[in-house]
Amino acid sequence: MAKQPAAIVGVGQTHHRAKREDVSMAGLCREAIDRALADANVSLDDIDAIVVGKAPDLFEGVMMPELFLAESLGAAGKPLLRVHTAGSVGGSTAIVAASLVQAGVHKRVLTVAYEKQSESNAMWALSVPVPFNMPVHAGAGGYFAPHVRSYIRRSGAPTHVGAIVAAKDRQNALKNPYAHLRNPDTTVESVLASQVLWDPIRYDETCPSSDGACAMVIVDEDTAAASPNPAWIHGTVMRSEATTAAERDQVNPQAGRDAAAYLWKQAGITDPLAEIDAAEIYVPFSWFEPMWLENLGFTAEGEGWKLTESGGTAMDGRLPVNCSGGVLSSNPIGASGMLRFGEAALQVRGAAGEHQVDGARKALGHAYGGGSQFFAMWLVGADKPSN
Amino acid sequence: MSRTLSAPVTVAFDYTRSTGPVLGRFLTGLREKRVVGVRTSEGRVVVPPPEFDPVTHQQVDDFVEVADTGTVTSWTWVPEPVEGQPLDRPFAFALVTLDGADAPMVHALDVSSPDQVRTGMRVRVRWAEERVGAITDVACFEPAEDAPTGSAIELGDLGANPVTGVVTPVELDYQYAASPEESAFYRAIAEGRIIGQRCPACGKVYVPPRSACPADGTPTTDEVELSHTGTVTTFCIVNVPFLGQRITPPYVSAYVLLDGADIAFLHLILDIPAEEVRMGMRVKAVWKPREEWGTTIENISHFSPTGEPDADYDTYKHHL
Repeated sequence: MAKQPAAIVGVGQTHHRAKREDVSMAGLCREAIDRALADANVSLDDIDAIVVGKAPDLFEGVMMPELFLAESLGAAGKPLLRVHTAGSVGGSTAIVAASLVQAGVHKRVLTVAYEKQSESNAMWALSVPVPFNMPVHAGAGGYFAPHVRSYIRRSGAPTHVGAIVAAKDRQNALKNPYAHLRNPDTTVESVLASQVLWDPIRYDETCPSSDGACAMVIVDEDTAAASPNPAWIHGTVMRSEATTAAERDQVNPQAGRDAAAYLWKQAGITDPLAEIDAAEIYVPFSWFEPMWLENLGFTAEGEGWKLTESGGTAMDGRLPVNCSGGVLSSNPIGASGMLRFGEAALQVRGAAGEHQVDGARKALGHAYGGGSQFFAMWLVGADKPSN
Repeated sequence: MSRTLSAPVTVAFDYTRSTGPVLGRFLTGLREKRVVGVRTSEGRVVVPPPEFDPVTHQQVDDFVEVADTGTVTSWTWVPEPVEGQPLDRPFAFALVTLDGADAPMVHALDVSSPDQVRTGMRVRVRWAEERVGAITDVACFEPAEDAPTGSAIELGDLGANPVTGVVTPVELDYQYAASPEESAFYRAIAEGRIIGQRCPACGKVYVPPRSACPADGTPTTDEVELSHTGTVTTFCIVNVPFLGQRITPPYVSAYVLLDGADIAFLHLILDIPAEEVRMGMRVKAVWKPREEWGTTIENISHFSPTGEPDADYDTYKHHL
């Protein structure tokens, strides 16, 4: 049996900040949920099932937080699923929610993802020394910096390309009222002048640590008929791969390439660069924009930086990337993937406000997690899919 | 000798919790020796208050104050308390419905034997001497057979400085067990040798050895003795200090591909200024004095440049 059509009719997010000390974890989730429900013009009573995601439990020190959150999320008497795939979890969570509708199991599914990073310290949580091993690990930045160096060497990219990405995304964030970082003075020069944290990654090329949540209402075709601007799901994909296989390509991972190829195939896309109007790509460190442009097939291998350097990924470029400001401007880790998916939906619904790309009809939402080990992507469109 | 090596690991952090306005009011009340509950849309008084109404899903706002006396509705005996529990001697965990409330809360009841507990018994809050706005402000419950029955009243002013957050220290003690293959690796390290294992299916040499090849799942069995020299494939310079860090920054964290191995592992590069470390640089293991050795990769203090010409990019580019 073919998949049932499914659409996003509500998107909500919090005002992301370094510390949201005014709300509990439940309150943070509800801020996003209530906005998504209002956007969808439905109430919690209309929802059939709830799918929640967040990154590792060690980040807040709450094991299985879905247990204590259930009632606040409105899940009493309904199915509640929790999803976890590290940093890509926000995307995976949305895909699981979408699949419940596409499979015909439920008609109206609420999905929410969150992180309250201020309750702990993610750098610590990701660097707990393991006995017998060399304690050289240094958080996510320490993990990814060597692979960024590899990319620069392999592609021959000029060293300022990362700064171009960071300056662009921080300027884009000024158009997004929910964004965490709001630094109007960020320029390529100021990024290049910022401290090198994990050489070759500079401070301003790094995502912030944020508290925040994102929620979406995903519905079936009949329910979507009541929406003035549903974002139709044209394809979803998840792929994973071994973190430590010999000769694993850490710059251009196989799982990401395979996932993208399958996504484009589902949606009948043959030339992603020409056919996609906006992309929200998971870029926690600036260099991952050109790296993922290649991995996703928007450019040939080794050419991603050229699109970035030419301004092709700016708001007015050929492929606007991260018009919301992206992960570089707001990073509530568990929610960051769902924000990418939700922002893609907002673009094709014409509801992105000041950071709207004019006439966007097809948009990509992308997330990755672990040591570039998990990938989750969806393609959404303003038109109902024909396939 | 045990087949595998193991070592204790403690993961501990003082987590903070933003309480939000509802739980914040409950905790502020405890600090003032007052028990704050909420009346739900169905008219039930619940303590501690849920943040959102179970029926309307709206944030609750009809706060009430209930008595600090109540009735045991169920209980269980704790003969051997563990660290972190409310009392350090045998006690009961009890469900207590406070006077004025319609639903019970759980807490410790301080009695010396299970004979002294019964469902229906009257109890009272024993307040902590020093109260900070936390659930531990209720030290426990104690028997109060003659306590008059109280009732719920509307919540008055709780005073200045409402509680907005609490600190909840969490500590987990693990016994970390290395796999048999890793254990063999670390035992070899304790003898000054570096061993890997070759996958019989794909032929790749893994160091440290895995139980199974990550690429094809085949158990790795063929042991390979590896050279103590290798090539830096890629690296980063860690300049950022962080909680729990064991090496003082700046330091070079590098992937070292040992000669004869097919996967690089992370180690430290020293004896050269950080800014002079290069991809392709040839390095050798520098061992600590033998009397300091244990079953740990830290027997290798660091890797140091050999002085050989850098490896050609083509020899390691497929390891990036």
